[in-house]
Amino acid sequence: MPDIAGPVRFRARGFAPRSIPGAAAATLLGVVALWQAGASAGVIPTLFLPPPVSIVRALYQLAISGELWLHLGASLQRLAIGWTLGTVCGIALGFAVGLSSWLRSPGMAVVSALFPIPKIALVPLFIIWFGIGEGSKVATLAFGVFFPTVINTAAGVDAVSRNLVRMGQAFGLSNAAILRKVVLPGALPAILSGFRVTTSIAIILLVAAEMIGAERGIGAFVLQAGNLYDTDNLLAGIVVLSLLGQLVAWVLGRLERALLGWR
Amino acid sequence: MSGSSVRLTISGVGHRYDDLPVLEEIDLVADAGRVLVLIGPSGCGKSTLLGIIGGLIVPTAGTVRMDGQVAEDCLNPLTPVFQDFALLPWRSVAGNVSLVLEGRLPRREREARVAEVLALTGLGDFAGAWPKQLSGGMRQRVGIARALAVRPACLLMDEPLSALDAQTRALLLDEFAELIERAGTTTVYVTHNLNEAVRLGHRIAVLSRRPGRVRAVLEIDRPINGRSAADPSLVAIEQQLWDMIRDDAVLAERERVIA
Ligand SMILES: Nc1ncnc2c1ncn2[C@@H]1O[C@H](COP(=O)(O)OP(=O)(O)OP(=O)(O)O)[C@@H](O)[C@H]1O
Ligand SMILES: [Mg+2]
Repeated sequence: MPDIAGPVRFRARGFAPRSIPGAAAATLLGVVALWQAGASAGVIPTLFLPPPVSIVRALYQLAISGELWLHLGASLQRLAIGWTLGTVCGIALGFAVGLSSWLRSPGMAVVSALFPIPKIALVPLFIIWFGIGEGSKVATLAFGVFFPTVINTAAGVDAVSRNLVRMGQAFGLSNAAILRKVVLPGALPAILSGFRVTTSIAIILLVAAEMIGAERGIGAFVLQAGNLYDTDNLLAGIVVLSLLGQLVAWVLGRLERALLGWR
Repeated sequence: MSGSSVRLTISGVGHRYDDLPVLEEIDLVADAGRVLVLIGPSGCGKSTLLGIIGGLIVPTAGTVRMDGQVAEDCLNPLTPVFQDFALLPWRSVAGNVSLVLEGRLPRREREARVAEVLALTGLGDFAGAWPKQLSGGMRQRVGIARALAVRPACLLMDEPLSALDAQTRALLLDEFAELIERAGTTTVYVTHNLNEAVRLGHRIAVLSRRPGRVRAVLEIDRPINGRSAADPSLVAIEQQLWDMIRDDAVLAERERVIA
């Protein structure tokens, strides 16, 4: 038998990533600086990819001329109305499907059948139904948000422990109280995490719908800029969309922390 | 709290889940202000019987009657304590107790009641804590506090200690004995643990392997507060119980593996 002697060696190194403070910001700044340097040195053709400075200048111009707020306002309004409409209806049907054996199968059948349709394909139909104006855009967003919301909400309701519901019943709480104090908070984590998905779906559909038929809105603005080979403004629009996405994510993060602090 | 004068009478209760007969011909009485312990091998239908007693499961045969007078301030005569505590993780300790009083008591009274039962269960300093911050023993104390808050006529306890470690179990067992004796609440207590059975039971019903029938009923006519696990007469009863259920327990265990 071979002898063994010596201190026990540490063997659990690796596979434990830590985040390094400041690294994220430094990386982003580095990329922007390289991009700017590449453009200034003439390595990156500025017509195809304008340098950060030009984009910032374009943004500034748009902001002081008021054009930015016009487009952003139109987009935000569609986003707010469409997303809220889809979310409210989706949560309502999600609860119905999650709670009622009568609605479960029919509800899920309809949802599964319609969920896979790429919602952008419906824009022309919605234009016929609701006109070229706000109606068709809001409908597209609401429709796109509705189905994932139903599915998330129903899954969240399913995930609420039966035992907690039984506890409520065994203490003689009313169905309304059980719904409000047990089922709803129990389903909330799933509903809120669904918001992350549905808000990004909503932004994608917003831009697509605005590109198909709108005069105002960030999507329409980006498309027009592209048609004019105005890449400064085009990229300025894209930056606005990216900021919008981050803002929404930040707000949702705040909401989760406020509502799900118990986790 | 003057004690509960409510008596539960279980007559001819039987139950089947689809094709699975779980309980047959159960006749038992839980006397007012006393503790009826149900023991039996796993899967013999103890939880089902407790559910039937509590009005949460409709039996396929027989009836359960409740007779007597409930206290003026009783909000929920048949009140459960759960094995897994069944606390809402999004409510604080006080919030979990308050839940069962909301809409039934005005706010002032509710707060006073919550404070009272938390103090009674040694949770006075934990009113604002979240369930996840508590040990298992403390969580079950919340379960008890919540049950006491509704001034129950009958406590229905389904293996309330089985999720806890041995030391916590011993501590809580003493507390239960005291609380139950003091409140004098009619109690049905389900357990696997024969030691708990002889410590708490005034009457111990031994159920057979599934389908559960009452195999034997033992009486221990002595106050439960102050009973000691080392008491030779209780040890003897414990041994007697074990002799009765050992064979069934072995068979039930095998059945579970096959199922
Ligand atoms: N809702 C249900 N539907 C179908 N079968 C069930 C249901 N609930 C329990 N059973 C079955 O009925 C039998 C009795 O269950 P029950 O939970 O009442 O037993 P128990 O004595 O409490 O068991 P344990 O000691 O494991 O807690 C078990 O075989 C169980 O699998
Ligand atoms: Mg059980």
